[in-house]
Amino acid sequence: MSLTKVISVAWIGLNRNKLRSLLTMLGVIIGVSAVIIMVSVSTGTETTIQEQINTLGTNLLFVQSSFTRGGPGQGPPSGGLVYDDAFAIADEINGVKGVVVEQNSSETVKAGNVTIEDVSILGTTPDFPSVRDMELASGRYFTQTDLNRKQKVAVLGASLAEELFGDTPAVGQLIRVGDTKLTVIGVMQGKGMSGNVNYDTYLFTPITVVFEKFTPNQFARLFGDRVRMIYVEVENQDVREDAIYQIELLLARRHDVSLDEANFIIRTQDDIIETREATTAAFRNLLGWVAGVSLLVGGIGIMNIMLVSVTERTREIGIRQSVGATPNDIRMQFLTEALLLSLVGGLIGVITGVGGSWLFGVMGDMRTVVAPVSIVVAFSSAAAVGVFFGYYPANKAAMLDPIEALRHE
Amino acid sequence: MTAKAIIQTINLTKIYGMGDIQVEALKDVNLEIHEGEFVAVMGPSGSGKSTLMNILGCLDRPTSGQYLLAGEDVSNLDKVQLARIRNRKIGFVFQSYNLLPRTNALENVMLPMLYDPTNHASQDEQRERALRVLESVHLADRVHHQPHELSGGQSQRVAIARALINDPVLLLADEPTGNLDSHSGQEILALLVDLNSQGSTIVMVTHEDGIAAHAKRVIQFLDGGVVTDRLNGHRSRERLIRSLKKENANVAN
Repeated sequence: MSLTKVISVAWIGLNRNKLRSLLTMLGVIIGVSAVIIMVSVSTGTETTIQEQINTLGTNLLFVQSSFTRGGPGQGPPSGGLVYDDAFAIADEINGVKGVVVEQNSSETVKAGNVTIEDVSILGTTPDFPSVRDMELASGRYFTQTDLNRKQKVAVLGASLAEELFGDTPAVGQLIRVGDTKLTVIGVMQGKGMSGNVNYDTYLFTPITVVFEKFTPNQFARLFGDRVRMIYVEVENQDVREDAIYQIELLLARRHDVSLDEANFIIRTQDDIIETREATTAAFRNLLGWVAGVSLLVGGIGIMNIMLVSVTERTREIGIRQSVGATPNDIRMQFLTEALLLSLVGGLIGVITGVGGSWLFGVMGDMRTVVAPVSIVVAFSSAAAVGVFFGYYPANKAAMLDPIEALRHE
Repeated sequence: MTAKAIIQTINLTKIYGMGDIQVEALKDVNLEIHEGEFVAVMGPSGSGKSTLMNILGCLDRPTSGQYLLAGEDVSNLDKVQLARIRNRKIGFVFQSYNLLPRTNALENVMLPMLYDPTNHASQDEQRERALRVLESVHLADRVHHQPHELSGGQSQRVAIARALINDPVLLLADEPTGNLDSHSGQEILALLVDLNSQGSTIVMVTHEDGIAAHAKRVIQFLDGGVVTDRLNGHRSRERLIRSLKKENANVAN
């Protein structure tokens, strides 16, 4: 039998039971679209992370609190990074170009009769624009003096300025942030999304102001102004290792701990990339397994239905055998039916997978990147599942005895 | 007889083994059926006639002995070779028609061509051929009907058309009128007689004497062997053909 005839016979067979065929395909559809959606989500996340790391600038060190917990019966972890550590690093370590600390908050911002709720507020230090590679469109960024004196000044992200003031120059205007009045001293240039953060909608203010006015948790102030992370920019790669060692010694002394039981970690960009890659690889493997299992379930569904179909159509098989169908003709017919189920299911799965990825991106506000390789892998796995799980029922059909088959009611 | 032998069996034996109990369904059957014959095979159930038909139809193989179909020994062929023989040399007509459900008359008739690897005719040519054969069994106006839309007699005529599509050397009919009312049965019989008069070799199983009377030769089976093998009188046959021709004329009108 020619291939086109084999396919058309199988197609007719499937069309007789449209609903059942569709339900059978469902397993494959879900499996394939799961693979594509999951991979696109993880690829999107990876891309975001990569971009985030890239926008951080090179030669960056990340100093982080590590809350090494004590044994049972001991109190909560003490120490951790405080705001003053950042300045100690800036003042005492050689080869440091800039130090940035960040503290996030959010408040309602008013300017004239415009009110915007939940504006992201980023308390930082004067080195922020250079460390983060951002530029001002007008006015100036705040200085160390502003920081030390806790000057109530603000620098606006480009789109925030636009929303608050429209075409009117923002610099020099007064705005009300929560209960505090701030003077706008600068507007940043638009940068769009950097990583998953859009700094254009942010309001920047000295971190000291955030500590004093916008920190929701007063408890945090008991041990000094805690910070989660200190970004340290070193002058070049050559001084990096030395700078790390110096920072470690400095912080150990300041926190009164030995290096072995340090309550902070210093990581380089390379470390972070490595960790992230390991995490995303593990994540991707997990998704791969999940998707693989759903494809397997889909395959078992196909086998199940094909077995039912072979039993139901025993007489049809007998008729075909009596007019000259060879075992191979019968095998091919049922194998092709299984393959068509999985291929059509795979195709629908690809479409829903790509559509679903897009939908996830739009609805879930997350970044999804459909990886072509995931389409190829998912689709060919579906085909393989069809052949693998279709073979046994098809072979069973092919091996039927024509006399028995014809007698079957 | 000068006509060539279509069926020749030599000590054909079929034993069904069920553990220690062995049933001899056929015992040393020696038969010779020539081209152009119309043979009725009769006998009570369990006499071995179904077993014989299965072997003659290449659906089954003998335990021992030989079966020559149109001179070719087919007793020891494998499944694939048997399928090819069924496809090209044998046409089956069953008691229960055995048409594919949800498949129209035309597609049912075309089915054997689908499995013929030597048939390289285009789809249109195959369709043309199937239409001609359906026309020859007076079903030109039913080609797109599905089996459930056809009467028993019409279904059986579709089955006969399907049996004829690949120009078989042998037409096997297993109680072809068994499921039909007497009128439809007569029509089917007339069709078989007509085909035989055009040269088809037909072997038909029946248990009705009235049906067997229309065959040229009647073979009686009992306990796995032939008990009588006789030729029907010419007179009765000619009378039948006359009456059938009249009937056909009535049908046509």
